Amino acid sequence: MIETAKIVIAVFILLGSLICLAASFGTLRLPDVYSRIHAASKGATLGIICVLLGVFFYFWFLHGIIAAKVLLGIVFVFLTSPVGAHLIARAAYNTGVKMEEKSVQDDYEGYRNFVIKKKEDSYL
Amino acid sequence: MALQILLNVILALCWMFLNNDPTAVGFITGYAMGLFSLFLLRRFFPRRFYVLNIWAIIMLLLIFIKELLLANLSVLKTILAPKLKNKPGIFAFKTDLKADWEITTLANLITLTPGTLVIDISDDRSILYIHAVDIDDAEKAIYDIRHSFEETIKEVSR
Repeated sequence: MIETAKIVIAVFILLGSLICLAASFGTLRLPDVYSRIHAASKGATLGIICVLLGVFFYFWFLHGIIAAKVLLGIVFVFLTSPVGAHLIARAAYNTGVKMEEKSVQDDYEGYRNFVIKKKEDSYL
Repeated sequence: MALQILLNVILALCWMFLNNDPTAVGFITGYAMGLFSLFLLRRFFPRRFYVLNIWAIIMLLLIFIKELLLANLSVLKTILAPKLKNKPGIFAFKTDLKADWEITTLANLITLTPGTLVIDISDDRSILYIHAVDIDDAEKAIYDIRHSFEETIKEVSR
């Protein structure tokens, strides 16, 4: 029983750290900010959640402690990391960071120019 | 939904007082009784029986977890491919969700979906601008968003 529990814990923690490693490779390999945010936000979220689940199971199965703080941490990471990714991407676009040359479509540019124009008009 | 839950708790408290049984078991029994009577009286409420909404919330959570796993698999596939041949781009997505919390939930779900990231939401809250790693998959992404996320979120707020 204890052995199975240990294997489950090890699988969770190893999987989490491998996902984090892959996500950091992604931030190195991908060419522009937006694609990097993809890799960083998704990979880091799932990686950290796996590691925290491993920690939770470790304290639960081997020490009999239910660490509710860890569960709360999982919920917070789950809720906040997509919001962070969205805000960074939006700030990058609005400060004029270019997308890579391969990009084929940009529906947002037209809307953004429209908003800037509307603001300029309203200042007059 | 909140009104029905509050009513159910009050019914459970009544049950506890009537039985003179201030324990957790008494509360749970009373809650089950209250649930049954609310089910019988469901046509007097302006909204539907609240257990259905709670079921929809659980479905939403399961979709959240499933999409997170799929997203990571697809990101891994993109990253570890020997040559990067994805075509990134930003596409517009028209949504008919109205309330602020619904749009926030939708945006969070989209960000955790395979290959999509919300850049901005237009001022009138009708269009989401979404960055896709591979624009060729965007059609499929739009279809998925419409038919799994939007429907489930609507189901929660019904």
